[in-house]
Amino acid sequence: MLLNIDKVQKSYPGGRPVLRDVSLTLDHGQTLALTGESGSGKSTLLNLAAALDSFDGGEITLDGTALSPLDDRGRAALRRQSVSLVFQQFNLIPSLTVGQNLSFHARLANREDTGWSAQLAERLGLADLLTRYPENLSGGQQQRVAIGRAMAVRPKLLLADEPTGNLDETASANVLDLMLSLVAETGAALLLVTHSQDIAARLDRQAHLAGGHIV
Amino acid sequence: MNARVWLVVLILLQPIASWAQGYAGLGGSADGFDVPKRDYQFEFPRDHGPHPTYRIEWWYLTANLTGEDGRDYGIQWTLFRSALKPSEADGWQSPQLWMGHAAVTTPETHYFAERLSRGGIGQAGVAADPFEAWIDEWYMRGPDLNTVSLSASGAEFAYDLDLTAQGPLVFHGDAGYSVKSADGQASYYYSQPFFEVEGVLNLPDGDVAVTGHGWLDREWSSQPLASDQTGWDWFSLSFDDGDKLMAFRLRGGRGDFTAATWISPDGTTTPLPNGSASFTPLNTTRVAGRDVPTEWHVTLPDRGLDVEVSAMTPDAWMATQFEYWEGPVTVKGSHTGRGYLEMTGY
Amino acid sequence: MTFAIVQALLSHWRRHRLQLATLLIGIALATGLWSAVQAINAEARASYQRASDQLALGLYDTLRDPSGTIAVDRYVALRRAGWQVSAVLEGPVRIAGRTVQVMGVDMVTYPALPAMTQTEQSDAPPDPSDMLTAPGRLLATPELAEHLKSQTELPPIVVSDAVPPDLILTDIGVAETLLNRPRQISRLVILPDQPRGVPALSEIAPDLQRVEASAQLDTQRLTDSFHLNLTAFGLLSFAVGLFIVNGTVGLAFAQRRAMIRTLRALGVSMRRLVWMITAELTLLALIGGALGLVLGFFLAGALLPDVAATLRGLYGAPVDGQISLQPEWALAGLGMALGGTFLASGHALFRLSRMPILTGAGVQSWRSSTSGQRFSFLIGTALITGGFAIGYTVEGLVAGFAMVGGILTGAALVLPYFLTLALSVFQRRARGPVAQWVWADMQAQLPGLSLALMALLLALAANIGVGTMVSSFRLTFVGWLDQRLTSELYVTARDDQQGKEIAQWLGPQVDAILPIRNVELTHETGPLFLYGVVDHETYRDHWPLIASSDSAWDRVLTDQAVLINEQLARRADLWPGDMLTLNAEHTLTIAGVYSDYGNPTGQAIVSMQQLDLIAPGAETRQFGIRVSPERATELAQALRDRFDLSRQAVVQQAAVKAQSLAIFDNTFVVTSALNVLTLGVAGFAILTSLLTLWTQRLPQIAPVWALGLTRAQLARLELLRSVLLAALTAVLALPLGLVLAWALLAVINVQAFGWRLPMFLFPVDWAYLFVLTLLAAAVAAALPALRVLRLPPADLLRVFANER
Ligand SMILES: Nc1ncnc2c1ncn2[C@@H]1O[C@H](COP(=O)(O)OP(=O)(O)OP(=O)(O)O)[C@@H](O)[C@H]1O
Ligand SMILES: [Mg+2]
Repeated sequence: MLLNIDKVQKSYPGGRPVLRDVSLTLDHGQTLALTGESGSGKSTLLNLAAALDSFDGGEITLDGTALSPLDDRGRAALRRQSVSLVFQQFNLIPSLTVGQNLSFHARLANREDTGWSAQLAERLGLADLLTRYPENLSGGQQQRVAIGRAMAVRPKLLLADEPTGNLDETASANVLDLMLSLVAETGAALLLVTHSQDIAARLDRQAHLAGGHIV
Repeated sequence: MNARVWLVVLILLQPIASWAQGYAGLGGSADGFDVPKRDYQFEFPRDHGPHPTYRIEWWYLTANLTGEDGRDYGIQWTLFRSALKPSEADGWQSPQLWMGHAAVTTPETHYFAERLSRGGIGQAGVAADPFEAWIDEWYMRGPDLNTVSLSASGAEFAYDLDLTAQGPLVFHGDAGYSVKSADGQASYYYSQPFFEVEGVLNLPDGDVAVTGHGWLDREWSSQPLASDQTGWDWFSLSFDDGDKLMAFRLRGGRGDFTAATWISPDGTTTPLPNGSASFTPLNTTRVAGRDVPTEWHVTLPDRGLDVEVSAMTPDAWMATQFEYWEGPVTVKGSHTGRGYLEMTGY
Repeated sequence: MTFAIVQALLSHWRRHRLQLATLLIGIALATGLWSAVQAINAEARASYQRASDQLALGLYDTLRDPSGTIAVDRYVALRRAGWQVSAVLEGPVRIAGRTVQVMGVDMVTYPALPAMTQTEQSDAPPDPSDMLTAPGRLLATPELAEHLKSQTELPPIVVSDAVPPDLILTDIGVAETLLNRPRQISRLVILPDQPRGVPALSEIAPDLQRVEASAQLDTQRLTDSFHLNLTAFGLLSFAVGLFIVNGTVGLAFAQRRAMIRTLRALGVSMRRLVWMITAELTLLALIGGALGLVLGFFLAGALLPDVAATLRGLYGAPVDGQISLQPEWALAGLGMALGGTFLASGHALFRLSRMPILTGAGVQSWRSSTSGQRFSFLIGTALITGGFAIGYTVEGLVAGFAMVGGILTGAALVLPYFLTLALSVFQRRARGPVAQWVWADMQAQLPGLSLALMALLLALAANIGVGTMVSSFRLTFVGWLDQRLTSELYVTARDDQQGKEIAQWLGPQVDAILPIRNVELTHETGPLFLYGVVDHETYRDHWPLIASSDSAWDRVLTDQAVLINEQLARRADLWPGDMLTLNAEHTLTIAGVYSDYGNPTGQAIVSMQQLDLIAPGAETRQFGIRVSPERATELAQALRDRFDLSRQAVVQQAAVKAQSLAIFDNTFVVTSALNVLTLGVAGFAILTSLLTLWTQRLPQIAPVWALGLTRAQLARLELLRSVLLAALTAVLALPLGLVLAWALLAVINVQAFGWRLPMFLFPVDWAYLFVLTLLAAAVAAALPALRVLRLPPADLLRVFANER
């Protein structure tokens, strides 16, 4: 089992519990769509799975590593090595060029593969944009860079939180197609948070989050 | 205004300080100073010189002159001595202070100058024999007091005059012992009123040769005024018939004190006691912010004198450290003549 | 509606309290440092003026005898020739371990003195006869009176605050006793009204020298350069403070763009907005300015005693150690605060007023400033070039400061360009992704930090420059003292007579007795002190000549030539071979020029025979004694015992040196204090810039964090970034500081003091300053770094979150 979320609980300081008892599993190469109302805790769950934040109860195991005992450094190492992330916005490092952003994660994880990176850039239509800075890209281009950066590591697990939420329909479809084909090609597992039933339907499995539980 | 006022008030009129303190009484020596006594035997030329053990002393010369231009002039040359202590010492340590006043009065204008000096260093002083009184470049210099040359200068005037005495010294009061108040304050006081004068006045418009008559007063004392006395009016008049009159009135809270000396052409004096003369202001002139009587009705019934004395130049104001009025006058009435008037305390 | 707008505008400050505080502190610091310097200058100038008024100096021409003092008989002779002059006897006297100036005037003839008027009008005026007759009275300030109180042998003291500090005013009769100079007069004051027909002074007193009243305000003239120095530093501090204001206002405006756009969309006119923001800035400037005035007042109070000590020590200028609040000063300070605030915000305000209604609400674009950078680079280069051009072509102190100002400002403007250049080189060289990011990130941060870094550059350059100048000066000075102070003992006799006796007594016991005699002459460039020397190896071997012709000493000692000090040489442009006119009858060839520090006036040295010719009256009261060093202490004590001399009258070499160095060090206390303060302000500017940049930091670090860096790592990098930028700036500040030091030593010092100093380098000091700078940068970055460390992940995650 690549990702095992077991009876996880999470509440933010001063708020009602967001996740009450969430359990979920994801196997190597599997794709899972996570849906739910706005504010239901989808992003929260994804962030926990990505070792970005700590949780209050239960356990998450990522590629055999239990997350709750990890400290800041352990979690950072895990993010570096074991997961790739694509958020809805501001994924990129503003002070680095597109090219530098593309390779940043792979270099950080010590897994740079220049051939693969170049191929990715080509396929994502970024080859001409490598020396630009993120602020000079369109939203769709930015998200494609984010996907490219995530895939450049050849991750076992890609976590994506509404990667196309800010894009119009064509751009959104385009970006999503690219992502799904890359995931399929590399055999990565995917946990995708989305609002769209159409998109959710294209994945292997669907989970719906409501009232702090998976239903 | 100058910061020396406080010093000069002291220099010129020690008595003012005495009034303020309430006069300590006479007879006794004031702070170790000698005081005048009756029956003093004057000795000359010694007594023409300074008396440092007395608090205050002056050599006071005035002259009524007529210029070659036919105009009347008056001049004043005065040297005051004031002692801080009844002693003399060398250099800056001397407690003697000197002050000179000089003035020229024309019918229109009054020019004056003032000089100050310490004793001890030689900047000012008086020597009896040969006679010389000086402060800075001003001097009254004889071989003796019968023949003197006189010089003074200010920013706007200067004069050089030669004086020759035509008569003897005259002594006021009781043979030179001049009483100044009902309480008995007194000074030694004698005069040389018979000077014939000739010389040159140097004025802003040029030199004027002049001739005329001069009058020198010599007086020293340690306590000349009584505590209630606020000022005086002092007249020295020379009548056309040759007689002369010295008369003064000391104004006081307890009434005026007057004294006079009638001087006949040969120098014979008749002292006239308190109350003999009367002085009534007829008219005042606004000078330096004060009302100063510049026309007087003066009577001396004993001598049949009933005259109007009027200032030749009403604004003859000495705006010196200690301010007073001093200028030539003309006399009309029972007698005619010229003279000098000094008024203080207005 | 106005109220609603005000509320909207002010809400910004309520949300950004720290920014508000920063802005106010910036204005307060700028105003405070500037005002402190101004207050010090104003107080010193007021002191000179007061002293001059109090002693009625500068009102009257005076007569001096160049060959010594004037005898009383001489005075009387002038008086009796009609000249209205008044006598003054003055000189220093050492009482209870303190040197005070005694000024004795003939109270009867001297013109009005405020102290006398005041004393006369006091409640208990002293009896005038007490003032004029022994023992007399001494007029002194309350402070000095307190000091003199215990001295029972002195005449009674009358307290007056209309007397300059450290001066006893008294009657000349008292002064001659106090100074033990009977029947002597230092100078005669020529009173304004002279009678008709006085003979010309040239006839009756050809030997006396008439000094115009206008030529007597030495103090003011001599100290001008000192004050200009201070003013320059004040201005520098002010500028550094303004960097803070500029940065903060710029950010505040940027952050308020969204609000302003909304307000405009709601129908508020731009004019009205600009007007209201101007009013807001005015209010802030006034508040900050008022705070600054308080700060400045206390700062000035703290610094003034040192300044006063310097001015007294170096120039003999009378300055009170007390600061008093003057309304003009406060108004000027507030004016500076207002002017400075608008100067610093003018650009931001202008940009705001030009902002099209539809511009994005975001914070300024990162990379938009490259063209601005190029522009400022061009301006900066022009300023530097202009600065050097002025320095090389125009003479004078103001030109010197213009040069330094041009170079400094230019360098500050060029700084961002150089930093960008350096950072891109580093970025290209960087291997690891994190390193690459750090360099790139620094470069991105640069526009926001560049003002603070400019401030740092200026502060550092000033520190290096002034530090180098002071240290070079000190080194030179110490060496010079060693050369100059060769005698083992220095003796001051009470008078000529005692001087003779001492010389006689010492004769057989010591290696040499070197009389130190001088008279004050005047030269067209100011007062000129003429010294006479005897032939001795002490002079031949040690005297610090900086320019000389062949056998200079032989020619001087055979009465053929004269040596002059560097001040005179530079001021009058006289060098070996030129002629120096000492007085009407004496003109000598200049054989050499010697360095002479710590003394602002001109000096010349001739043989003792020459001095006697020129000034027969010169006193022989001071001697340098050559004796084997082991015997010096014993001999000093013997001298004191035998001649009843005070401790100060017989001084050993070491004591003189120590005293000279103490005065020297004192001179630069203020400069150093201002230096440290400026550096502090620059550090604060970095802190405020970092804090104001904080809101822009999250989008920068959140992605990096998400990709696998810990917050601790990021916090460390925050620190490192600040330290690296400071280090780069410091590296660039070093050459700038050295240029500044050179300008100070070779241009400003020459103009201000009349001497040129060799420059020494002090790498250890630089290292120390470098470490200090890094430390300051680290401290400045500590707060932001701590924030990163404590940042909850949720806050970082919000960057990526959907804002619906
Ligand atoms: N940092 C935080 N502090 C406090 N509450 C938070 C925080 N982040 C999220 N929440 C709250 O937790 C709940 C879940 O938020 P989350 O962002 O996970 O929802 P979501 O399902 O991703 O919604 P959306 O579809 O709008 O993205 C919400 O009620 C939200 O208000
Ligand atoms: Mg979400």
